[in-house]
Amino acid sequence: MIRTLSEVYAAQLRTSLAVQFQYRASLAIWMIGRVLQPLIYLVVWTTVARARGGDVNGYGEADFAAYYIMQMVVTQATFSWIMWEYDYIIRSGQFNFKLLRPIHPIHADVADNLAYKLLTVVILIPAVFFLAWLFPPTFNPQVWSITAGVFAIVLAFLLRFTIDWTLAMCALWTSRVRAINQTYELTLIFLSGYFAPLAVMPVWIQNIANFLPFRWIIAFPIELTLGRLTPMETLLGFGMQLFWLAVAQVALSLVWRAGVKQYSAVGS
Amino acid sequence: MNQLRVFWTFFRLGAMNELAYRVNFFTQIFQAIMSLVLALGGLAVVFNQTDSLAGWYPTELIALVGIYLLVGGLINLMIQPSMQRFMEDIRMGTLDFMILKPEDAQFLVSVRQIEIWKLIDIVMGLAVLVVALVRLGTQLGVVEAISFGIALLAGATIVYSFWMMLATCAFWFVKTENILVIFQSMYQAGRWPITIYPGWLQMMLTFLVPIAFAVTVPAQALTGRLTGQTLLLAVLVAVVLFALARWFWRYGIRFYAGASA
Repeated sequence: MIRTLSEVYAAQLRTSLAVQFQYRASLAIWMIGRVLQPLIYLVVWTTVARARGGDVNGYGEADFAAYYIMQMVVTQATFSWIMWEYDYIIRSGQFNFKLLRPIHPIHADVADNLAYKLLTVVILIPAVFFLAWLFPPTFNPQVWSITAGVFAIVLAFLLRFTIDWTLAMCALWTSRVRAINQTYELTLIFLSGYFAPLAVMPVWIQNIANFLPFRWIIAFPIELTLGRLTPMETLLGFGMQLFWLAVAQVALSLVWRAGVKQYSAVGS
Repeated sequence: MNQLRVFWTFFRLGAMNELAYRVNFFTQIFQAIMSLVLALGGLAVVFNQTDSLAGWYPTELIALVGIYLLVGGLINLMIQPSMQRFMEDIRMGTLDFMILKPEDAQFLVSVRQIEIWKLIDIVMGLAVLVVALVRLGTQLGVVEAISFGIALLAGATIVYSFWMMLATCAFWFVKTENILVIFQSMYQAGRWPITIYPGWLQMMLTFLVPIAFAVTVPAQALTGRLTGQTLLLAVLVAVVLFALARWFWRYGIRFYAGASA
């Protein structure tokens, strides 16, 4: 089983790499927004920090720089376009082909996503150095926190992908999933630590964020990698990631089972 | 006069096409509310920590958000859909039908595709702007109002000319959809006054992708920050770019070969 799966992944990864490499110019252009967005937030918060004499709730200019550089990396590692893709392929009936395969379609999607991430690393790394050169960050790497950070990013990717994929299945019930997608993105922006470190957000937002999976997707890997967390907080973070991953997996299998029954192919 | 009538016809066509899909009205309202929440929520979080951002006060930035939504709505109402269709026509060879009509072809391709639901964005932008203005109170004088009008018009002209020139490139490079992506990802920077960005980025947002003229300059006019020089520059850039776009279109169309012939 494991062997078949890894063969499937290897094959899908090769195909996806070959396909996406054809769009290398587009890949580079899509990255503009992914680099610009953290840069905008960074500039805004740097301005705020300066206005307050250099510090916003424990974040100075250089801390913000470090935070948003890592935000760019974590966002790039964890994001997916799967909800928009399924909106289209379910509406147009191309979902049929996915159903015909003898294996759960999520595997091909994960491999496809990984291929994209592998290709765009070539742009991501210079972007990291570029931002670090523009806005010198504080960065005191600790071996344990970086090692743990890598695991946290992997778990964050799995968690976010599971949630994204589950929500993508909404397209099986309604053809107007854009509203759902946008609500989800908005929630993610404010409650995950994407817009700003949760420490500078209003307290009531922090309280809500504690009860939702999103902060464990973005804020936790960032803070962990930057060495801002104690070992206890780190353990709690991993625990929450695993807890939400389990919840999301259950939700995914329930939604998937119900959704496939619901699906009526278009265009046969 | 005739051009107004043509514009009205396209507008009615757009309305008739879309009124068949009425649920889209609610989806669009929802989308507009979401982008409003995103913009205002961001401001709320920032002003929770500070009184002013690079000299801009909360109400002034709400006005800026209003202009951002308004201009974004204008772009999405007509400029972007028309330009997308224009590039598609070059690719497919269906631009033939536009050139054959007894009206200026540049005008036709510029107003042809109208997404009426984006009027919602415009209305919402205006509403935000009015709320901000009421809260700004008596500070708004006649001079500010007039220079705001001029700045907005200049900004819209600049954005249109910019799009027109990029779209005209499709005569040579058939695949240019990515230009849209560049513009869209950079337009987000306009949600904040561009004076907060580092110098090189300000230059890019002013002259490479003219978001500064489209959003920040009108907001500066409204809040009494605009110098006569900047306004003059905006008008000058608008006139020059408009003429340039016209010339470029005329030059480019000579390279149009059609696809069926």
